[in-house]
Amino acid sequence: MDELAITVIGPDRTSIVADVTEALAGVGANLTDSTMTRLRGHFTMTLICTGPSASAAEEALAPLEGVVTSVRSVSAESDKTDKGEPYVVSVHGADRLGIVAAVTRVVAAAGGNITDLSTRLSGSLYVLIAEVDLPGGSADELAEQLAVAAAELGVEVTLRRAESEIL
Amino acid sequence: MTITWDGPQGKILPVLTAPDTVLSTVGDEVDPADPAVVQLAADLVATMRVSPGCVGLAAPQVGVGAQLFAVDVTGHPKAATTHGAFVLCNAKIIEASRWKAGREGCMSVPDLTGDVKRAGRVVVAATLPGSGEEVTVTTDAFEARALQHEIDHCAGKLFLDRVAGAHAIYQRKVYL
Repeated sequence: MDELAITVIGPDRTSIVADVTEALAGVGANLTDSTMTRLRGHFTMTLICTGPSASAAEEALAPLEGVVTSVRSVSAESDKTDKGEPYVVSVHGADRLGIVAAVTRVVAAAGGNITDLSTRLSGSLYVLIAEVDLPGGSADELAEQLAVAAAELGVEVTLRRAESEIL
Repeated sequence: MTITWDGPQGKILPVLTAPDTVLSTVGDEVDPADPAVVQLAADLVATMRVSPGCVGLAAPQVGVGAQLFAVDVTGHPKAATTHGAFVLCNAKIIEASRWKAGREGCMSVPDLTGDVKRAGRVVVAATLPGSGEEVTVTTDAFEARALQHEIDHCAGKLFLDRVAGAHAIYQRKVYL
């Protein structure tokens, strides 16, 4: 079944989640995966749902005030099994333009796939934490390349194996 | 064996915050008999004592790239074994076990906290400032975590270098 990818963003206030999910439930949208958080005072939501047409979802969300929404049809998740080895990249240093772009480009060039990423700006401190799946045996070389990129950016970087599940 | 600090009175130093580069510099080994090291040890204790909620302070946090830190988890509700207020030079972890995740903050990263996996029991080898006596500190729980956090500082590492994943850092709501 096709899925809808929906994004919602707006100044944080009470009831955004209730308003959005109620509107979607009203047109038969069944939420599957979602992530919602507040970024520097903006409440953001990214949702995948099944059920309605994109136009029905758009119509349901249109009356909501104070938020910008987008709806698009996407194909369902593929059965991708080649996941690689999970690692975590940590970067921190003085904020400057292009840190995320430079670091993620190095990861991409090594064949690494970023599966999750967050950044925080705290005063002049910029922090980037990324979870990446790396091709087998590529971590040591990537660590060296990240160190070079980090030195050029004037930031600190560490690459380490992610914790694996115990049970 | 007691390792509680009984050195001279120190002075209160300003604590640096990230992204200050000293915090990312590997600290030099120190000579525990050097009077400057003993003075810095006293200053770390004095600064730690006046900083609310502070249970450990390493030399890089006051701008000195050196392997020296103070710890005092006395009275902390999460502490089990405690050794009072003490200062260690050139500390190395020689045994680590009982790994467990926990939320950490840092005076040098005042607005963020993060989930970090640390050993719940450690054996640390170090020397004491002044006497140069070699000591082995065996501890657990909160004091073990504090020691690992401070030893990381001496190696130019912050808890940000060890957080568990992309959603393991948090905005701190209240700083003591």
